[in-house]
Amino acid sequence: MADITNQSLNEIIENVKTKKVSSTDLTKAYIKNIESAKKLNAFVTTTFDQALDKAKQFDNKPNFDQLLPGIPLAVKDLFCTENTKTTAGSNILNNFIPSYESTVTKNLWNNGSFLLGKLNCDEFAMGSSNETSHYGNVINPVGDQLVPGGSSGGSSSALAADLTPATIGTDTGGSIRQPASFTGTVGLKPTYGLCSRWGIVAFASSLDQAGPMTKTIKDCAIMLESMSGFDDKDSTSISKKKEQYSKNLKDNIKGLKIGIPKEYRVDNMPKEIDELWEKGKKILKDLGAQLIDISLPHTKYALPTYYIVAPAEASSNLARYDGVRYGYRSKQGKDLIEMYEKTRSEGFGDEVKRRILIGTYVLSSGYYDAYYLKAQKVRQLIKKDFDDSFTKIDAILTPSTPSSAFKIGEKTNDPVSMYLNDIFTVPANLAGLPALSMPAGVDKKGYPLGLQLIGKVLDEQKILNIGYAFEKNCGFKNEIKKWWS
Amino acid sequence: MSLDKEKIKHVAKLARISVDDAKVESLTKDLNSIFKFIEQLNELNTDKVEPLTSILNQSLRSRKDEISDGKIREKVLKNSPKENEEFFVVPKVVE
Repeated sequence: MADITNQSLNEIIENVKTKKVSSTDLTKAYIKNIESAKKLNAFVTTTFDQALDKAKQFDNKPNFDQLLPGIPLAVKDLFCTENTKTTAGSNILNNFIPSYESTVTKNLWNNGSFLLGKLNCDEFAMGSSNETSHYGNVINPVGDQLVPGGSSGGSSSALAADLTPATIGTDTGGSIRQPASFTGTVGLKPTYGLCSRWGIVAFASSLDQAGPMTKTIKDCAIMLESMSGFDDKDSTSISKKKEQYSKNLKDNIKGLKIGIPKEYRVDNMPKEIDELWEKGKKILKDLGAQLIDISLPHTKYALPTYYIVAPAEASSNLARYDGVRYGYRSKQGKDLIEMYEKTRSEGFGDEVKRRILIGTYVLSSGYYDAYYLKAQKVRQLIKKDFDDSFTKIDAILTPSTPSSAFKIGEKTNDPVSMYLNDIFTVPANLAGLPALSMPAGVDKKGYPLGLQLIGKVLDEQKILNIGYAFEKNCGFKNEIKKWWS
Repeated sequence: MSLDKEKIKHVAKLARISVDDAKVESLTKDLNSIFKFIEQLNELNTDKVEPLTSILNQSLRSRKDEISDGKIREKVLKNSPKENEEFFVVPKVVE
């Protein structure tokens, strides 16, 4: 058959179910692609032998009733995988082999899939370009020397380059949606608490959320269904009935009210982003949705709030890396304190150190009220903006990012300009809302651009439905030439 | 507010990260530009706002206080950089 790896996950599942392809042949096809795509540097670890064993097991005793029957999947290297090295993109975890499996990956495996490898990411998910990884830059298949976005950059690159049929990432401030936008793929950050955080290397616990990255909206629904669910081991996990997102996917959006927030038209926004937004509005309007102008007045304070809350929580979460119980330990240091200081200095990269220092400072004695408490108050105002708007609308449409993918090295000297990448994605994390980035067009250089749908708490089905209708009528096709192989 | 080099060295000490003198300069510059950005929040009056503590307006669950696993010493020690049978080993603390 024709190259199966450029099909959508849904098509691949159908082909496995109708025995047009075996799990073993499918797995071999991805291994071949991965081996010829070393230039992209999307993988930190591969688990080919293990994957082929699992594929063989499936083929010998197939269960086609599962959501992901015999499907090999690569995942972000932030998910702990039992007996497979998990680095979080950091030198400090360069030798860490978890003795347990994250709940989200366990859910995927329980639905019939198995691990193909671990994908590169920004160190501890702190970055917007995958340039902070200890394991090197990842290249965007859209073009040589282009960043794939971050922090789930290995995930977006591998997906767009047909190195995995679908994948998962984590999103603390945009780390799924921004890389999806940069690679012409779909990325969903679910409602905070829908997917378990247990076994995911922690960055900022009140913001972190795992979610799917896929080629199509239907694939996104299948993956969300497979990975989500209540987990007793995560104290903020939401207890609710499991939804059948893929089965319930509908493309009728007639009468839905779509909010257009005026504050998302920021200064110096490229004209192309504005035009893309207009195009998105028109498509939804033509499908019978009603556009409503709304105001989210505290939008401009979302990023400054994020850069207090996230580093504060990170500095606390990353205190565990001390060179004693696991991970890297410095050979220097004559006493315990010096061993800690050297270990953390050698083990963490510059961006992670910056954020730990910001977090330590804002939480230090005498500054807590001025920074952390203040930020949590502003976070309340940001959430209230959304709550007020959602009394009169069903979902919000915005651009996903203020630009298309940029060149490696373009923003590394100025942390604040790098942070501005997440200007449209951070508010949904602060308010805990589900948000979907879907490919919508290209800029004049031919690089993909995405639009974002933000939904009410636990309203994933509705934004998936809107995305599904949009996808059918948008006519976007990801034209990636395989220049790397 | 601006952070000077001494303050940065103090915060690094609190965070248990040794910082080379050569790097303090660029770190000071970066952190000051980040704090300038963060301090936009001071434009807002938040005197009457309650801080947000939970996204979902639900309180954390409590569970029964009972042992649910254990006897996994080998697993726990497996990743330690320096092990000695049943302990984590650190540089000498007490003379």
